[in-house]
Amino acid sequence: MTTIYSSATEMAQALSKKDISSVELTKLHLDRIEAVDGKVHAFLHVDSQGAIAQATAVDAKRAAGEKLSPLAGVPLALKDILAQKGVPTTAGSKILQDWRPPYDSTVVAKLKAAGVVILGKTNMDEFAMGSSTENSAYGTTQNPWDLTRTPGGSSGGSAAAVAAFQAPLAIGTDTGGSIRQPAALTGIVGVKPTYGGVSRYGVVAYSSSLDQVGPFARTVLDTALLHEAIAGHDERDSTSINAPVPQVVAAAKKLDVKGMKIGVIKELGGTGFQAGVSQRFNEALELLVAGGAQIVEVSCPNFEYALAAYYLIAPSEASSNLARFDSMRYGLRVGDDGSKGAEEVMSITREAGFGKEVKRRIILGTYALSSGYYDAYYGSAQKVRTLVKQDFEKAFAQVDVLVSPVTPTTAFKIGEKSNDPVAMYLSDIATIPVNMAGIGGMSLPVGLAPEDGLPVGMQIMAPVMQDDRFYRVGGALEAALLSKWGKPLLSNIPELGGM
Amino acid sequence: MTLDYAGATTKYEPTLGLEVHVELNTKSKMFCGCATEFGAEPNTQTCPVCLGLPGALPVVNAKAIESSILIGLALNCSIAPYSRFARKNYFYPDMPKNFQTSQFDEPICVNGYLDVEIQTDEGQKVFRVEIERVHMEEDTGKSLHVGGATGRIHGAEYSLLDYNRAGIPLVEIVTRIVPGTGKYAPQVARAYVTELRDILRSLGVSDVKMEQGSLRCDANVSLAPIGSGKLGTRSETKNVNSLRSVERAVSGEIERQANRLEAGERIIQETRHFLEESGQTRPGRSKEQAEDYRYFPEPDLVPVTPDAKWIEELGTRIPEKPSVRRKRLQTQWNCPDKEMESLVNAELLDVVEETIKLGAEPTRARTWWLGEISRLANEKEVAPTSLITSKDVAEIIALIVGGDLTDKLARQVVEGVISGEGSASSVIEKRGLKVVSDDSALMTAIEAAIAAQPDTAERIRGGNIPAAGALIGAVMKATGGAADAAKVRELLLKHLGRG
Repeated sequence: MTTIYSSATEMAQALSKKDISSVELTKLHLDRIEAVDGKVHAFLHVDSQGAIAQATAVDAKRAAGEKLSPLAGVPLALKDILAQKGVPTTAGSKILQDWRPPYDSTVVAKLKAAGVVILGKTNMDEFAMGSSTENSAYGTTQNPWDLTRTPGGSSGGSAAAVAAFQAPLAIGTDTGGSIRQPAALTGIVGVKPTYGGVSRYGVVAYSSSLDQVGPFARTVLDTALLHEAIAGHDERDSTSINAPVPQVVAAAKKLDVKGMKIGVIKELGGTGFQAGVSQRFNEALELLVAGGAQIVEVSCPNFEYALAAYYLIAPSEASSNLARFDSMRYGLRVGDDGSKGAEEVMSITREAGFGKEVKRRIILGTYALSSGYYDAYYGSAQKVRTLVKQDFEKAFAQVDVLVSPVTPTTAFKIGEKSNDPVAMYLSDIATIPVNMAGIGGMSLPVGLAPEDGLPVGMQIMAPVMQDDRFYRVGGALEAALLSKWGKPLLSNIPELGGM
Repeated sequence: MTLDYAGATTKYEPTLGLEVHVELNTKSKMFCGCATEFGAEPNTQTCPVCLGLPGALPVVNAKAIESSILIGLALNCSIAPYSRFARKNYFYPDMPKNFQTSQFDEPICVNGYLDVEIQTDEGQKVFRVEIERVHMEEDTGKSLHVGGATGRIHGAEYSLLDYNRAGIPLVEIVTRIVPGTGKYAPQVARAYVTELRDILRSLGVSDVKMEQGSLRCDANVSLAPIGSGKLGTRSETKNVNSLRSVERAVSGEIERQANRLEAGERIIQETRHFLEESGQTRPGRSKEQAEDYRYFPEPDLVPVTPDAKWIEELGTRIPEKPSVRRKRLQTQWNCPDKEMESLVNAELLDVVEETIKLGAEPTRARTWWLGEISRLANEKEVAPTSLITSKDVAEIIALIVGGDLTDKLARQVVEGVISGEGSASSVIEKRGLKVVSDDSALMTAIEAAIAAQPDTAERIRGGNIPAAGALIGAVMKATGGAADAAKVRELLLKHLGRG
C-alpha cells in the first residue's frame, strides 16, 4: 500500500497502476503537513489549492491515457527561492514579503510539464545565506530527528520536509553546501549538480557563479529521477551547459562499484571532525571496498583557502545581486510617507527588509569590490578558485570520484552557532570547494553517529558533467547499507505524531 | 575683461575627447526578447529580465554583437577574440537591477581611428581622431521628474519611470584625447560626430537620430596654455542633442574655461549640461568625489568570443565610407554642393542613386526626389521613400524625356502612385494620362475652341499673335493637360493662317 513513507519511485508505480490517484496522494501529504508542520516548520507557504488542481489535471491526463513523465502526480516541496507564478516567493526575506512572481522559473516550468505536484514553498535562510535556517525572516525550521536542533541550511525547509515525510521529493539550491549539508543533517539524499547542469533562470540569485539548483529525496533513485526532470540546457540561462544530461537514473540503478577508484580527500577529515562522523564515514568506505572499489588517498592542499575565498566571492556577487531590492518596483516599501526622496526610501526599506546576516554579507561584498581593495580581495579569491579547481583536476586524474564527510559534525542545536558566524561558516568547510570548482556532489546518509544518534552524510564528488558517477557510487553504497541495516535509516526517525 | 572665442583660442590650446552613445536598432533588447520600438506606451515593452525581477537572467543579443563588430571594423578597430561584460554598480530608480551590465576593461573593439576633414584657413585639412574603444552596454529606463523647478530629481514632487528603454542595446564609442585641433576643436568635434553618424547609418545598425536620443554625444574639453605641453582639467558636457549643438557646446566650453582660468580660478572636473537656447553649459553632478562603481565581471554571462571567420565575413559587409561615396556621387552626377547637402540631409542619397541606376537622368532624378516627392512627403509627414519606389520614379522620368508625359501629367502620375492606384504605368493607363500627340484629336479640340471664342480667333487672324494664349489655354483645359502646349500653338496658328 502506498503511504507517505513510500519512496517517490513506489508512489510513481502505484500511480501508473492506478492503485492511488494523484489527488489522493497529494491529500495524504497535505494532511501530513497539516499534522506535523507546526513542529517542523518546513513550509512558508502551503499551496493546497494549487497542488490539488495540479494533481487533478494529472489524474485526468492519466485517465485519458496520455503518456506521462515518470514522476507525474508525485508531490514535491519547493524551496522558496524559486519563482513560481502567482505563488508567494520570499527567499526567506522580509523584503520580498507578499511578492508573487509573474513568471515561472525554468525548474518550476519543467516540474509542471512533468506533472510533478508542487505542495508549497519551504523555509530557508534569508537569500540562502546560512547553514541552519536560523537566518530566515520567518522563523527556524526544526530538525525532525530532534526538534531542538537545526536541519541545516540554507535549504533546511526542503530537507526537513522530505525527512518528516511531508513530501517525497524537494528542490533546494546549493551555493556553498546548502543542499548537501541539510541532506546530511536530516539523513536524506541531496545533490548539487554540476554548475550549469540545471537552469538558474527564476532562482533568486545569491551568488550567481556558485548557485545551483538540485534535488532532495529519500533514496538515490528518487533523487536521480528528480535530477533528470529538472536538468538540461536552458537558453534563458547563459551559464547553463549545452550538453546532454548525464544518465543519472541509469547510474543509480547500476548498484555496482567494482573496479572504481575512490579518492579520500586527506584535508577533509580527521581533526575537527566529530568522532561518530568519521566512524560512519570509514565504515561506508569499507562497504565500498567490499563492493570491489579501490580506495586511494588524495591531497587537495588549496582547500584550506577555499572557505575564505568563498566568503569574498559569494558576498561580492550578493552585494550586487541584492541591489535590486530597493522598493521601487516590487516587494517591501518602508518610509514612503510622501516627504522622502527615492534614495531615502530605498535606504530605509533595505535597513528594515534585510536581516543581520544578509547585511553582513552585503557590507563584506561591497568592501571586497571597492576600488583599492578589489585586487587584494575579489582578485585573490578568484585565484584561489582557480587553485581549488586545479586540485580537483589533479585528484580526478587519479580517481573516478572523491569522497569526504559532508559536515564536520551532526546536526547542531538551534542557537548554538547563531551568534558565531565563523563557527557557522565552518559547517560548510567540506562542501564549499565543490561550488568553487563548479563540479557536482551528493550527500548520502551513511548511518547515525553513535554519540548522539543523529545522521551522518558522506559526500561523493565527480568531475564536471560526470554526475552519473556519484549516482552510481551512491546507489551501490545505499544498497549495501540497506542490506547491512535491514531497514532504511529514516525508519529510526522519531514519530512526530500526526499519522 | 572677458575673453571671446578668438581670444580664448589664442591663449589656450583645447583638448577634445568624445564619447558617443549609439542605440542599436536591433528588434529586441540587449539581454531579453522585448521590443525596442521608440515611443511605445510607457512600460509596455518590459519583461522579468529588463525589469530586473528576482531570478531573471540576461542573455546576450547576438545581433547586438554583430552590430558592434561592424562598427568596430568600420572604425578600423581590432576586434577582441575574448571580451566580457561587467557590472557597474550604483543605485538609481531608473536602473532596474541597480547595476548596469556594461563592458568595462575587456571591450569588444579597441584601437581604431576615424579621419575627418574640415575647412580651415589653409584649406581642407584632415584630422585623425583615434578611437580607444567600442563597447556594448544596456540603456537605463527613463525618469520623468514632476513638480520640481528644474526637471531634476531633487525638488521634484514625484517621478515617473518608464522601463521601455531599460535594456536597449547601446554601443559606446570612446575616442582617445584629440590634441592639436587648436581653434578648430568645435568643427573637428562636429565633423567627427557627423562622419560617425553617417558611418553608423550606412552600416544600418542604428537610427542615429540625435533628437530622439538614439545617438548621444558627451563632449570632454580641457584647456592648457598654448605651448605648455600640459593637459588641463576636463569637463564633460552632456545633453548635446544635435550636430550644431556639438559645435556650440565645445566652443562654449572653451570660452567658459578660458575665462575661469583668466580669472585665476581652477576648472572643476565635473559633468555639465548643455543648454540649447543659450549655447552655455551649466554644472551637473561634480565628479570630484569619484564614484566607486565596484565593477566586476558579470557572472550571469559567458564571455563573448566571436569566431575569426565570422569577423572576416562581417568585414566584407562594410560599405564604402560615406564621405568617400558622397564625393564620388557628386562628381558622377555633377551635382552642386548645396543640392548634395540637401540630398544628404533628407537621406535621399540611396534612393536617388537607385533611380539613376534604373536609367533616370541624374538632374531630373534629384529634382523629382527633392522637389515634388519631398513636398508631398512633408505634407503627409512621412519619409519620401515610403511614398513611391525608385522604379516608378525612373519610369516617369523616362516618359518625360521621351515626350510622353509633360511635367504636369507626371505630377498627376506621381500623385496616383502615392494614393495607391498602382505602379506608374498602370496609373498612366487607368487615368489615360499620355500626352495627346494625335494631330486630328488636337484639331478637334482647336476647332471647338475657335467656335467658342470666334472673336479671339478673328483677332489672331488679324495678327494679334499673343491673343493665341487664350485659345491654347482652352485646348489644354479641354484635353485635361494631356496635350503638348507647343504643339497646340503650332497647329492653332497654322489653322488660322498665321503658321
